[in-house]
Amino acid sequence: MNIWIAIAVTVVGCYAVKLAGLLVSAGTLERPLVQRLAALLPVALLAALTAQQAFADGRELVLDARAAGLAAALVALLLRAPFLVVIGAAVVVTAGVRALAG
Amino acid sequence: MLRGPSGEAGSEDEQGTGGGEQGVGGGGDGGGGVGGGGRADSAVVRDALGVGIAVGLSGFAFGVTSAGSGLTVLQTCALSLLAFTGASQFALVGALAGGGSPVTAAVGAVFLSMRNAFYGLRLSQLLALPRVVRPFAAHFVIDETTAVALAQLGRRAARLGFAVTGASLYFLWGLTTFLGALGAEAIGDTDPWGLDAAGPAVFLALLAPMVRTGRQRAVAAVAVLLGLGLLPVLPAGVPVLAAALAVPTVLYVEGRMTRQDRGGRAQDDDLPRAEADPSRAEADPSCADADLSCADADLSCADAPQPNRVQGEDR
Repeated sequence: MNIWIAIAVTVVGCYAVKLAGLLVSAGTLERPLVQRLAALLPVALLAALTAQQAFADGRELVLDARAAGLAAALVALLLRAPFLVVIGAAVVVTAGVRALAG
Repeated sequence: MLRGPSGEAGSEDEQGTGGGEQGVGGGGDGGGGVGGGGRADSAVVRDALGVGIAVGLSGFAFGVTSAGSGLTVLQTCALSLLAFTGASQFALVGALAGGGSPVTAAVGAVFLSMRNAFYGLRLSQLLALPRVVRPFAAHFVIDETTAVALAQLGRRAARLGFAVTGASLYFLWGLTTFLGALGAEAIGDTDPWGLDAAGPAVFLALLAPMVRTGRQRAVAAVAVLLGLGLLPVLPAGVPVLAAALAVPTVLYVEGRMTRQDRGGRAQDDDLPRAEADPSRAEADPSCADADLSCADADLSCADAPQPNRVQGEDR
């Protein structure tokens, strides 16, 4: 049930955000400060999400196979690999490290 | 891989100097190059399908991650079909898996989708959709459709690119989400398969093209510190929201430092910087060009790094 609540809020919220952009008059969002905040907001959120999903287990910080997977993804990105290869590298390396660690 | 006719010029390393090549800045290369003058509809459709198919396939990763996080197949598919904005979907299931409350998890996901409002603003001028159509078109306002639409010259091509990218991506994203979720359910415990690394890898791939300037890197670094540092002390899901404070923090500190540094030189916003700072210009050549994206260069500048799914996809 809780999950459905989260889904409903996300669905309604994300749709409202998309629609708002199409409906509001130009100018409202065109201020430089708003623009800059909007451009940087995803940077902050994605960075925090990357770190948390790689290095957190619940509320504890951990260093496990996911870190190796993330490193592999980083290498793939630096090598300009396609998106799916980046994800694949992370998954395969994480699985490999877990298999080796038994 | 989707490089249009002038795709090489659109590669990130080179400064596009030809008129429309960098229609959407950082994401433009993903959206396909824009040849001079109008393009044949078939070329627009081909580019749009390229993006739609490549990104659509990554719905597998979402389906697997979501089901692996404990959502049912139905819940997973509901997200892909109704929310239809990839990064937010990953964020939501990640936050739920981490034990976040439904509302904080959802707020984080909606936060992350805020950029879509700016895309919408840009698209509403470009596509000039009738008001009745807008509520339907809104569902397709995401990184990839924006990147493709902005990369086209002319309203007709932009509308076509937007519609074809949106439709193909929506169909495939939904389908692959379903298959991925079924697969994950069949596997059961996904941990030995390393599938929990897909989420962070997706975020990293989305983030990579956005951290080119010192300012962007500073924001990312502060956000990581906040996100991890606050993890033990705040309820699950909240640290990610708190990490958004990295943005005002960095802007404030930067403002202070600039004020101290310069003796009254009027240096400010993104646009002058875009031209002055090579790394910035590289990330966002559209601002230097006089083309359609510069009609309101402000916006294309601000959101240029963001249609990056496409970019991450196609590099």
